[in-house]
Amino acid sequence: MSSETQGADVKPRKLKVATVSLAGCFGCHMSFLDIDERILPLLELVEFDRSPITDIKHCGPCDIGLIEGGVCNAENVHVLREFRANCKVLIALGACAVNGGLPAQRNHLELADILQQVYRTGHGLADGSQIPSDPELPLPLNQVHAVHEVVRIDYFLPGCPPSGDAIWAFLTQLIEGKEPTLGHGLLHYD
Amino acid sequence: MAAMNIESILDRHSREAHRLVQILRETQDALGWLAPESLTAIAEGLDIPRAQVESTAGFYSFFHTRPLGDYRILFSDNITDRMLGNQDLMRTLCEKLWLEPGRVAEDGLVSVDATSCTGMCDQGPALLANYRTITRLTPARIDEMAHLIRRRVQVGDWPPEWFHVEDNIRRRDVLLDHGLAPGEALAAALDRGPTGLLGEIERSALRGRGGAGFGSDIKWRSCRDAWGDAHYVICNADEGEPGTFKDRVLLSSYFDMVVDGMCIAGFAIGASKGFIYLRGEYRYLLDRLETRLAQRREAGLLGRNILGRGFTFDIEIHLGAGAYICGEESALIESLEGKPGKPRIRPPFPVTHGYLGQPTTVNNVETLALAALIAVKGGEWFRAIGTPASTGTKLLSVSGDVARPGIYEFPFGVTVAEVLEAAGATDTQAVTTAGAAGSCLAANEFGRRIAFEDVPTGGSIMVFDQSRDMFEAARNFAHFFAHESCGFCTPCRVGTAVNARLMDKLALDRGSPYDLDEMEKMHHLMQGASHCGLGNTATIALRDILAKFRPAFDRRLHSPDYEPGFDLDAALSQARRMTGRDDAGAHLTDNLSAHAGGHPSEAKP
Amino acid sequence: MTNSFLLDGEEVPFTPGQTVMQAASAAGKYIPHLCWHPDFAAHGSCKLCTVKIGGRFATACTTRAAAGQEVENGTEELIAKRRTLLQLLFVEGNHFCPSCEKSGNCVLQATAYEMGMLSPHFDHFYPDRAVDASHPDVLLDFNRCIMCELCVRASRDVDGKNVFALSGRGAKSHLIVNSESGRLADTDFAATDRAAEVCPVGVILRKRVGFAVPIGQRDYDAKPISQKAVEKLADSEKEAG
Repeated sequence: MSSETQGADVKPRKLKVATVSLAGCFGCHMSFLDIDERILPLLELVEFDRSPITDIKHCGPCDIGLIEGGVCNAENVHVLREFRANCKVLIALGACAVNGGLPAQRNHLELADILQQVYRTGHGLADGSQIPSDPELPLPLNQVHAVHEVVRIDYFLPGCPPSGDAIWAFLTQLIEGKEPTLGHGLLHYD
Repeated sequence: MAAMNIESILDRHSREAHRLVQILRETQDALGWLAPESLTAIAEGLDIPRAQVESTAGFYSFFHTRPLGDYRILFSDNITDRMLGNQDLMRTLCEKLWLEPGRVAEDGLVSVDATSCTGMCDQGPALLANYRTITRLTPARIDEMAHLIRRRVQVGDWPPEWFHVEDNIRRRDVLLDHGLAPGEALAAALDRGPTGLLGEIERSALRGRGGAGFGSDIKWRSCRDAWGDAHYVICNADEGEPGTFKDRVLLSSYFDMVVDGMCIAGFAIGASKGFIYLRGEYRYLLDRLETRLAQRREAGLLGRNILGRGFTFDIEIHLGAGAYICGEESALIESLEGKPGKPRIRPPFPVTHGYLGQPTTVNNVETLALAALIAVKGGEWFRAIGTPASTGTKLLSVSGDVARPGIYEFPFGVTVAEVLEAAGATDTQAVTTAGAAGSCLAANEFGRRIAFEDVPTGGSIMVFDQSRDMFEAARNFAHFFAHESCGFCTPCRVGTAVNARLMDKLALDRGSPYDLDEMEKMHHLMQGASHCGLGNTATIALRDILAKFRPAFDRRLHSPDYEPGFDLDAALSQARRMTGRDDAGAHLTDNLSAHAGGHPSEAKP
Repeated sequence: MTNSFLLDGEEVPFTPGQTVMQAASAAGKYIPHLCWHPDFAAHGSCKLCTVKIGGRFATACTTRAAAGQEVENGTEELIAKRRTLLQLLFVEGNHFCPSCEKSGNCVLQATAYEMGMLSPHFDHFYPDRAVDASHPDVLLDFNRCIMCELCVRASRDVDGKNVFALSGRGAKSHLIVNSESGRLADTDFAATDRAAEVCPVGVILRKRVGFAVPIGQRDYDAKPISQKAVEKLADSEKEAG
């Protein structure tokens, strides 16, 4: 990343960062905000493209993409591909992106049975309740997948969520052009 | 009825727990499958934990702990069977029986599935019908078979010619032309005395024929010198390497040489008991071999006071149950003791701690037959044959794209090209020289010699002409190892499964260079980290084929970048069905097509 | 030079008959392991303790220590190999740490931290093995099993019960219990068994105590397993006198 800088007297171009939550709970994004006031020095180095923080709807060419959440439906696939196509470096952020996480625990159930039970036969449903079939809605995949099972991923930052400190350490190492590592206490899967 | 059957089986085996594999097989033969209550009855009868019985029952491919039909049809699925069209035949049979492969018919009549190489590559495609070998399958035979099954005709009443197994001996040398009478070699060994005999074996420089080539004299001497209550000889007839069938021929037509060899080994190491561990796929040989052993006992060539010379040695045949890993000697011994065939931690080696913890020598069928020959002819005579480092002859099982598949006995040092010439191979693209577990030679290497010091082989020579897709050979091998890994150690258990998935991914046109790198990495992990020879050799052929026949893989690289291992569009199938949707949004393309199609965001500056 | 070997260049003493693993542990050196446990015979299946002895790969738990051996343990090559082995175990089972009661006390997880494993790398197998909650005090989640057979060994060798065994072959290997129904409740298993506490991962779990220890106070929260494992061994030796 540091090779992107253009000499000492020129102010370095800010890195473009995009973030998104697929089949996630936004917990990783909340944790990102837990870097607290360190967001200010970070904003000296980066600017945000598509992200829940900016409300930009589509990802443009970026240096870093952060993906929270696994891939559970067709829209997730489209968004993930958009990120892969536009981001030089793509990072799986958090347990769900890394291994499917909580949503993937439906994987031992048949999707058809789940839809049937949730929309047709479960408790408290209105009479004649149907499985939604509006073309506006993305269809769920038979199984939930980790993001690396759908596109190439460059880095993984596990945790549920990864702590603000872990995210900070990871991103600063990356921005400095180092291979990010997480020592004891920062690396955790829960 | 079931309980009575089990009781009599248990009694026949003296209620000995280490005979569990035999007890399970006979119980299954009698009752059709191994029901939970049968396993409980066996555990109680043997006074061992039920979990131990279930552990063994669950390990072997030929044991079923659920009903698999009155007719269990298993197509041999070696690459040579595939080259002879077994997949079409299997599909046809399934269609005629209204079945899916692997599924049992709803009326419980029949199931059809694939199994690892059954050792009939010279007369395939082959299958096992209720574990009885049927060779030379044709569409007409399949047609009739479906008819017989539907009419519930017992397998024993099927046309006898279907069960005919040819020897197909194409070239004889000193072993296959031995000219000795039964017991002649044994008498010669007794004349020499144990020390004299071991001296001849040492002078012969005989090396194990299973492939590893360990010095037979060293093995026998270490075993003889090891302290124990009893010593054992085991004849490893678990010939499971895909493409090998030489031991089948030795057992069928040279059994006296093999038995003489076992007796000689027993004499050399001080054993009075031997086992033949016969692979389950050769079940059809069992009764014939038992009869021959009985005849030898009658003739004073086996059992008490052999040849009136005061030497006592007897042999028992144990039948395997569909597990390639049992060719590994410590796994074989575990199986012989009634356990799952998982290789032991070594050292200690079987020569000091083998069967029931006692000194045991495990030798290949061919090695034993050669030892019999050496007992008569002497070590110097044997050593003059072959090369200095690889003495004697080697039986080669030649199959695949050759005019004359079968057994070729050549002195070591013969070139691959000479073997191909003898077998009538033309336009040869590749030759595998150690089944699924060894190297694959390309045409520029056919000048190399069959010998431990150049191209070592257990005898499996599979030939592929220019019309063959070497990727499919590699994929067949990858699946073979995923099926046959014993599951004990992490790298082999999971690594073989990952490799099989990667090869399927390539076969389904979802591959990228990324997947080839993954297989290369898996090769480096499994080499060295695996517990036994299976894991250590499981990626060699795959890697060799990948290196030498790269275009066969490159053809399948769909994308320069990463593609998912699963079909994204198919992953929406259940949701489409449940919602009744089939609009454009209800489908997904692969990554490459999606990228080529572009995306609105890419138009932005 | 007598009765000592070199582990990453440091001298480690041993008593004849000890394995490389036993001698290293006694000397306070950590060699990663999952299936090895000081109280049980070596198993040699997980392969995490793969080291290089005289340039050849070997498992430290099954290899006898010998005078003058040169053992490599902490090299980048070996750590990378172990990381890959861990990744294979993570994708083979269902290891969803956030919802696993064992998290924080899990040897698999802690070892993966130690080896710096950031992702499972391979495609997940997502196995589907039914959970057994039949027993009043203990439940079994077979989807997390790493086939180390510690429970098999503990039940057989310490409890004298043979409650557990592995069945199946290859990727279909799976843990079974000693009953015709296949249910733990129908075995003589008790929550006081040694086998109840020996599972390094979250297969054998006590009921009604899940998540009782807060994050921060669990086994591997404060210290990494490389320190904890050595300390635990020292403690148990102190207890044994």
